[in-house]
Amino acid sequence: MPGYNENVKKKPYGKLIIMGIISIALYAELLLNQDVINNTFGKGGIYAFLPIIAAFVFSYFHGSFTGNFWTVMGIEAAKKKKEVK
Amino acid sequence: MHDAVQAAANFINLDAVNMVYLFLVGFVGGLVSGFIGSGGAFVMTPAMMSMGVPGLVAVASNMCHKFPKALIGAIKRAKYGQVDIKLGIVLGISAEAGVLYGAHIQESIKKAFGDAGSNLYVSVAFVVILAVVGGFVLMDAWKTYKSGTTNDEEKATKIARWVQSVNIPGTMVYFKSLNARISVLFTIPLGFATGMLAATIAVGGFIGVPAMIYVLGAPSLMASASELVIAFVMGLGGSFKYAMHGLVDIRLAMIILAGSLFGIQLGAIGTTYVKPFIIKVVMGVIMVIVLFSRGLMVPVYLSQLGLIQTLGEGTVKVLKSTSFAIMIFALVLGAFIVLKAMWQGRKAERELATKEVLVR
Repeated sequence: MPGYNENVKKKPYGKLIIMGIISIALYAELLLNQDVINNTFGKGGIYAFLPIIAAFVFSYFHGSFTGNFWTVMGIEAAKKKKEVK
Repeated sequence: MHDAVQAAANFINLDAVNMVYLFLVGFVGGLVSGFIGSGGAFVMTPAMMSMGVPGLVAVASNMCHKFPKALIGAIKRAKYGQVDIKLGIVLGISAEAGVLYGAHIQESIKKAFGDAGSNLYVSVAFVVILAVVGGFVLMDAWKTYKSGTTNDEEKATKIARWVQSVNIPGTMVYFKSLNARISVLFTIPLGFATGMLAATIAVGGFIGVPAMIYVLGAPSLMASASELVIAFVMGLGGSFKYAMHGLVDIRLAMIILAGSLFGIQLGAIGTTYVKPFIIKVVMGVIMVIVLFSRGLMVPVYLSQLGLIQTLGEGTVKVLKSTSFAIMIFALVLGAFIVLKAMWQGRKAERELATKEVLVR
């Protein structure tokens, strides 16, 4: 049907899948090696950078994944039009 | 290093049930934070402690999930034009100082009066601040609702108009959310108070957001979005401080983050569908309910300090569980109001779109 989809934006399936796989890999790595990771990350001192860096890395990939997740689910910000006075 | 070794030994075993629990609490907390700028964190610490996580590790791990969550939320809401980065950073830096001072006071109280004394101080701070600020926010939301002006642009309060009118040369900064120049001599104490509260009850936003709205004159949407910047700045500094002592359990932080990033995105989207006064409703409702939750614990700590008759073990247990249940209820109710308002907003938008199509 021509024109049927003209207002529908393409959904970011590709990004969702890539970011999802990276997120799962990060969580799998964290949980499968939790003893080693906790011992290293919990050493304190200069090792304090490790949990901070991890938090940034996880938030980048998982944040992008969750953002795309809601977009693919069709939940997006309101498309408010400014009223012309 | 001794601390670190001890902390590492304190990292608990995580099973699937605990992980799902943290994920879900993270999701609901994230949803509320995405919407009102903060407010989810106060449940995380007791939730982790109920699993056997030592208090300090729970506080540290909570903070380490808070700053990346706030970052993602702030980026999302900046896309909607709701974030005043400059205001967030200026308040965030003074909040950092407030956190350090607040933590110092906490330590002194703990030294002088022990754990029960410290807990009593936290609970009393909770009750007094939430009663005053939460009551005020809720009353204001109610007045807006009753007067039928929910669609009007929010007006700055008298105090805010006065703050914006004061000119102290050399200290004036322009903030886009206020569309005015104000003196940083006003923002510094507000940021400091936000930080002190964050160090005491884990939720600085309960001071930060109302302060931006009522004292500085920021619109609710911008205040709650800019709070996420403050939470990021404060959380980053705080997490690093705790991580230096090896207190962050990265597994707990990242599992909560897994849930809260789903929540914060949804909460942020929700703000685009609702009228600004709903932000005040959610915030006020949560604050007032949490007040009762903490209030229930006051007799427990008073009895531990020997200031009132000693309470029976059963009574303490009942009070503790009721307090925790009320806290969870506050968060779930907040999330429910957010989702309901969002649902209604989406429905209205769809109806409008259908009408437009029909008119064409």
